[in-house]
Amino acid sequence: MDFFLQLLINGLCLGFLYGLSAMGFVMIFKSSSVLNFAHGELIALGAFLFLALVTWAGIPIPISFLLTLAVCFCFGFIVERFFLRPLIGEPLIFVIMLTVGLASMFKGLMLLIWGGNLHTYPDILPASLAIQLGPVTIPPVYIASLVIGLIFLSLFGLFFKYSSQGIYMRSVADNQRAALSLGVHVKRVFALSWAIASLVAGMSGIVLGIINGINVHNLSGIGLKVFPVVILGGLDSIGGAIIGGLIIGLLESFTGGYISTSLSEVVPFIVLVFILLIKPYGLFGLVEIERV
Amino acid sequence: MRKLKFHPSGNFNEYYAQELTIFETDFGRVSLIVGLMALFAIVPLVLSPYMLYIVNMIGIASIAAIGLNILIGYTGQISLGHGAFFGVGAYAAAILATSLGMPFIVAVPAAGVITALVGMIFGIPSGRLKGLYLTIATLAGQFIIEYVLVHWESLTKGTMGINLPAATLFGLELFSDRSFFFVIFISLVIMVLMAVNLMRTKYGRAFIAIRDNDRAAEGMGIPIFRYKLLAFAISSFYAGCAGGLWAFYMRSITTEPFNLNLSIEYIAMVIIGGMGNIAGSIFGAVFITFLNEGLRWGTDILINLGTFSSAALTMAPLREFVFGLAIVLFILFEPRGLAEVWRIVRSSFRLWPFSY
Repeated sequence: MDFFLQLLINGLCLGFLYGLSAMGFVMIFKSSSVLNFAHGELIALGAFLFLALVTWAGIPIPISFLLTLAVCFCFGFIVERFFLRPLIGEPLIFVIMLTVGLASMFKGLMLLIWGGNLHTYPDILPASLAIQLGPVTIPPVYIASLVIGLIFLSLFGLFFKYSSQGIYMRSVADNQRAALSLGVHVKRVFALSWAIASLVAGMSGIVLGIINGINVHNLSGIGLKVFPVVILGGLDSIGGAIIGGLIIGLLESFTGGYISTSLSEVVPFIVLVFILLIKPYGLFGLVEIERV
Repeated sequence: MRKLKFHPSGNFNEYYAQELTIFETDFGRVSLIVGLMALFAIVPLVLSPYMLYIVNMIGIASIAAIGLNILIGYTGQISLGHGAFFGVGAYAAAILATSLGMPFIVAVPAAGVITALVGMIFGIPSGRLKGLYLTIATLAGQFIIEYVLVHWESLTKGTMGINLPAATLFGLELFSDRSFFFVIFISLVIMVLMAVNLMRTKYGRAFIAIRDNDRAAEGMGIPIFRYKLLAFAISSFYAGCAGGLWAFYMRSITTEPFNLNLSIEYIAMVIIGGMGNIAGSIFGAVFITFLNEGLRWGTDILINLGTFSSAALTMAPLREFVFGLAIVLFILFEPRGLAEVWRIVRSSFRLWPFSY
């Protein structure tokens, strides 16, 4: 029973992190229908920027956290402006391949700068934050990630509901052409969604880095794990991303605990294929209606 | 004898059949024959074994890239699992040759057929999915196949890998790069001919119709699911044959090379070469293979010069970076690939000095 509880808690925490990482991905897809294969690299970039600011530049942690988010925001903006914008209206495969190329570029660059070794942050959180839940201890990082994640989720909820930019983004996601005709600056919305997505990715990179250590390969691998998560939740649903993340996290944790750890890496993808066969647009996704 | 055509000053086609000819002019036919003769007569005699090894790699990569081009460029189904299919072909050939003792000439096509069957299984999602969703499904296929190759130890020997016997063809043992050169390039020529002619048949035209608009194609009476599966099968057949040749050429295989990076490498070949263009796939294979070799050579020189220590400058990250950069630059500046560059260069020579 203890083992089960531990797996349950681990799975939920892991799943919450997946959901958090998937959030930025969904945001880009929702507004501009771009499948971003470079999302894992954006996550890794956030983690490494934070590492550089904290350990090399020696800037206090809260300030470097905000600085990292700001840099990620600008980076997302630049990526959209210089790489994605020329491809508006081009066939799907070019856009997909461009993000694949960008992923490979960023990954190579990060490997050149930081190498493929595992880095760790200095101890950021006091151990006294840990919560004892029956027989299971929840480490402080998980609690911090939960808090940060919930703060961001509610901030984004408010942003999308009340701010004018958020409403523009929702309108573009809903119907690009109608939004355009009503005077929404669609290109600016694309840029903004990349910037925000990159910010969210950077944030989840920092959290993941605190938990698992920072390694280019692991963090960019999370970018691929995002696919089962978003397919499960539906490609265009932010709430679905969190739920999909939780399901995938639990699945991975239980397979790892009861069957084998190597299978737990593949299980999300096996589930993904079945979900695609049974419910192609995910659990919460919008069904695309197509006319010739 | 009919009149030879060299440089027509316009398009005078009167029948649809004239549109479908492979060679627009007899000049093209003659230069192809001369080129092939030069390839088979001069290249294997002149090149050093190392260069010949690179040329052989280009040949194998071309076969696989043509297969992927049939799927992506002609049928419009994006697959991120081609590297895994290549691996399935390699393993199928290795297992057939070691456990069943099949000779080389049977094992390679058989590996192609087995891979085609595996490809069809992973093509089934294409019945309901398209575009982004299908891409993700093939990505899942890549990971699942990789897992099976590593963990089905009774068949694939897991991470230990398999050693193959030497390939024999008509009683001759193929052990040198030179003898493999002939095998690989004769297969490449056959595969190219098959692909070019496939696109002139009803099947090829149906593939192109599905690429352009699958709903409309269905409306015109093309059973799209069957044709999509067929495209997956043909594409995987090419990948399987290439993988089989590769396995016999390498003589020992492990699961490592058949990862997502290999799949991306093949897609890069198709994009950089030119989608929907058979010759483009070969250009792409040449470009990517030389890019790999050039980078290896470049990093070696830098390390020898002492500008960088070998620890600071390893090949893999730089390769990864340049690779991504090449894909991005081609998509942004020449999305139709090297085949289009080649066409522009050729026609500017042809029309010089009075280009219009």
